Amino acid sequence: MTRFLSIRFLQASIVVLVMSFVVYGLIGLMPGDPIDIMLAGDPNMTAADAARLRAVYGLDRSILERYLDWLGGAINGDFGYSRQHHQPVLTIVLPRLLNTLYLMICAFLISVAVAIPAGVYAARHPRSLVDQAINLFCFAGISLPVFFLALLLIILFAVVLGVLPAGGMKTIGESSFGDRLRYLVLPVATLTIANIAQVTRYVRSGMIEVLREDYIRTARAKGANENRVVWRHALRNAMIPTVTIMALECGTLLSGALITETMFSYLGMGKLIFDSILANDFNVALIGLLFACSVTLVLNLIADLLYAALDPRISYR
Amino acid sequence: MVSVISTETVTRPGQDAALPPPLSPSLLVWRRFKRHKAALVGAGILIFLALLAILAPLIAGWRGQDHEAVDLFNRFQPASAAHPLGTDDLGRDLLLRLIYGGRISLFVGLVTACLTASLGTVIGLISGWYGGRTDAFLMRLCDGWISLPLLPVLIVLAAVDPTKVGLPMAIAKSPDLSLYRIVLIISLVAWTTSARLVRGVTLTLKTRDFVQAAVAQGASTARILFVHILPNALSPILVAATLASGNIILLESTLSFLGLGIQPPVASWGNILTNAQEIIWSQPMQAIYPGILIFATVISLNFVGDGLQDAFDPRTEGR
Repeated sequence: MTRFLSIRFLQASIVVLVMSFVVYGLIGLMPGDPIDIMLAGDPNMTAADAARLRAVYGLDRSILERYLDWLGGAINGDFGYSRQHHQPVLTIVLPRLLNTLYLMICAFLISVAVAIPAGVYAARHPRSLVDQAINLFCFAGISLPVFFLALLLIILFAVVLGVLPAGGMKTIGESSFGDRLRYLVLPVATLTIANIAQVTRYVRSGMIEVLREDYIRTARAKGANENRVVWRHALRNAMIPTVTIMALECGTLLSGALITETMFSYLGMGKLIFDSILANDFNVALIGLLFACSVTLVLNLIADLLYAALDPRISYR
Repeated sequence: MVSVISTETVTRPGQDAALPPPLSPSLLVWRRFKRHKAALVGAGILIFLALLAILAPLIAGWRGQDHEAVDLFNRFQPASAAHPLGTDDLGRDLLLRLIYGGRISLFVGLVTACLTASLGTVIGLISGWYGGRTDAFLMRLCDGWISLPLLPVLIVLAAVDPTKVGLPMAIAKSPDLSLYRIVLIISLVAWTTSARLVRGVTLTLKTRDFVQAAVAQGASTARILFVHILPNALSPILVAATLASGNIILLESTLSFLGLGIQPPVASWGNILTNAQEIIWSQPMQAIYPGILIFATVISLNFVGDGLQDAFDPRTEGR
């Protein structure tokens, strides 16, 4: 077990390291040079000043040298300053990460709470009217672009009905929990709907597969209560593939969070990454992306561990 | 798999005269596909949209309108005989822009799906056939790609300045650049599904007798992979590519919506929605039409993919 964990951590660190180099290189390829941006803001700068600035910031060196320099700083906890916010990167990124985690955890819990009963019901009554309705909903959910779903919800609840705010985090001058919650409803709903559709499909197909197994017939034959057969004997096995999918879905959830946060002006990680890429705020974009990758990698690891917890046949020694 | 299906229909001459003539495998697939009603409707919708996209220049000529000509005196006109869906924020006919947008969105979906399927197929064949270190490396690469958050990575790739990677100015400044770029970057990230699929098929087939026979006859590796193994993987690849093209259209529209995909004045369903958030208070319907088209296309592709899956592999039906 310890061995497995340490190998996986090593692998994950290598992925993050490779990622950091690739992203560092890619960001260097984006339009807009930080010195050019400074020059544009100050007409009195001369070419000599620009060269001096370039040397001060180390921009006259090769990309590999600069990357190693950055990496050295990063390992010591120095991630640089944000060009846009004039603050250390971590001071900006951490609260944003927390906001996104709220959003993702809410969406995740709600979608699991809805998807498991829906998927199990559909699997127990295949081809029934309800099953077909659930199936249609699932297809619709995975086919709807997140940004369009957000637009529809804004049009319906903010423009037509006027009951919920169209975006933001809270009403100015109001700090109650209820107010905060009102602003969470639409972003969470947007994020949840696509996720429910995806998870329900996997629960349903997993359950249909498992319900055909011999041991289910045995359990029924020996007179086990139907609810016990479905929820204990069958669901536990059906959940094994589903858990993996759900962890991978968290990556999708993160991508969805980027759109959702941008649409609803929710100050989270996704919006931060998007805004900082557009504003040439390279340090923030880099850390944001690396954090996003790390979160997905950690979730994948958790999925592997849950896998073993659900299925005693799998052990990582 | 088609080859398996064909064995059901073999009838020997004189064996049973009352039997109807044997059905070809493709006819059998079509019969099963027809039973999936949602897939049939989806196929109909896709054919209709594709026709509109192909005929777009003819429609523009017939209506006497230009989808890129700005007319600031006619902004946000309501629906009328001349403009069935009204005009957009620059006075252009919305219906015509939607038709031209479909041209781009469907083109991106089709071309990118073909590219990802080919890339994934080649990687899957190599991985499955050679095994060992090659396989381990390619599959770890696959796992690594899958674990990345897709959209942030695509945004970084979409933001790369083409002149800085050494592209000649003629290409970097061409108006079609955003189109090529989006096809390229989505292909780069989306090959994993078909790669795993083809690898699986290759692994199961490479120990089969007919492949071993080909090896014994001294067939080249390329011949074994493309003539003997690939045809058996075609139907799952087709299903995966159909489902993938739906996702690709979603990704394209999302990137275009964010302003990082297809660049105006070229229309795509995604970038028509770029300003949607500003106009939903005054013109909510303008924001809804392009979204409905994306939705209809993607759900049709998903249903058709589902139908094809059932048709090719009757065992999965109803799952």
